[in-house]
Order: sequence, then structure tokens, then C-alpha cells
Amino acid sequence: MIQKTIDIILDVFVIIFLAGGTFAIFTASVGILRFPDIYTRLHAASKGSTLGVTGILIGAFIFHYTQYGIVSGKLILGFLFIMLTAPVASHLISRAAHLRGAKPYGTLKDQYQEAIDAEKRRQKQQQKSK
Amino acid sequence: MSLSESGFATIIQNVSIICLIALSVSILLLIIRVMRGPTNADRAVALDAIGVNIMAFAALLAIILITPNFNDIVLLIGILLFIGTVAIAIYLEKGDLIDTEDD
Repeated sequence: MIQKTIDIILDVFVIIFLAGGTFAIFTASVGILRFPDIYTRLHAASKGSTLGVTGILIGAFIFHYTQYGIVSGKLILGFLFIMLTAPVASHLISRAAHLRGAKPYGTLKDQYQEAIDAEKRRQKQQQKSK
Repeated sequence: MSLSESGFATIIQNVSIICLIALSVSILLLIIRVMRGPTNADRAVALDAIGVNIMAFAALLAIILITPNFNDIVLLIGILLFIGTVAIAIYLEKGDLIDTEDD
């Protein structure tokens, strides 16, 4: 009796995780299509896709546990890896886009560009003083 | 086999099929962004998101086909996706570094 109740609760959890993850990943795709700017698109892609794939992989993990009784470490490693590498990849893409001259949408001031210019000026002065 | 007893098997299968259809629509939206993106960085973002969607696709296929053999594929797609994204980003960055003659 208790085992049956636990199984029903785990099945409901599988359905909730799958539906929530699909909602998050679909919303991330709509955001990538609709946002006006590379940086806002990265904001949608990194957060929404990570949350969505984490939900779907947790749902698949619980499904495998209830169906076969196996604890699949590969799925846990998969979403841990995604949570580690998605910020790194989005940071690399945003830095590359800024170097290629992508302007932020609707802002008047670019503080990162000002910091880069100040650093270059400081290095030139150091070379002159040597 | 607890699912066949509790009667949730068909519900989970139907939810997985609906999720697969939603993921297909989402991949189509991302392909529009890949074709239309103004710069190459937009295409890199959309390709990264397509790779994440394919990871979720493999996990859902494992639920629909009731097999645990797709779990390796999920991990493998994740690792290859990270390497590909880093390669694209470093290529975009180096192209500009050569132009500015920084050294």
C-alpha cells in the first residue's frame, strides 16, 4: 500500500518535472527569437535552457528509478555538466560579440568599453615610462 | 514494473509525446534565428540552444521508448556542445584580435 502510494507520487513528480522543463525551454526559444539584442538573447538562452534541460533530466532520472530501480548517474552528471558549462559558454560568446562591436540595445553608456579603453591607455603610459 | 500497475504509464507517455512536439516547435523557432541572425554571435547563441534542446530530446526519447540506453547519449551531447560553443567563441574573438594588431 505504502509502496503504491510512493510510486503514484513519484509518477506525478515525473509529469510535473517534464511539463515544467518543457515550458522553460520553449520560453527560452521564444525569447531568443523575440529579444532585440545579442546580450538579451544570451540572457534568455543561458538561464532558460539550463533550467529547462535540468527539469527534463530530473524527470527522466525519477522515471528510470521507478521503472527499473536503477540510479542513473549519467543523467545527474549531464545536468551538473550543463550547469557548470552554460555560464562559461555564454560569457565567452558575449565577450566575443562585444569585441566584434555589438552595441547594447537602448543604452547610452557602455562601461565595459570604457574600462577596456582605460586599461589600454594605462598600458601605453607604462610602455612610454619604460 | 510499477508504472503498469499504477495506471500512470499512458499518462507519462502522452505527456512525453506532447513535450516532444513542443521541443520540435522550439527547435524550428531557433532555426529561424540561425538563418536570420544579424551577426555570427546570434547564430552561435541559437546553435547552443539547439544543442541543449537536443539533449532534452534524447532524454524524452528514453522515456518514450522505455530504455535506459540513451543516458550515455545525453552526457555525450552535453560535452560535445560545450566544446563546439567554445570553439566558435574563440574563433570569433581571434578574428578580431588579428585585425587590431594588438601585439
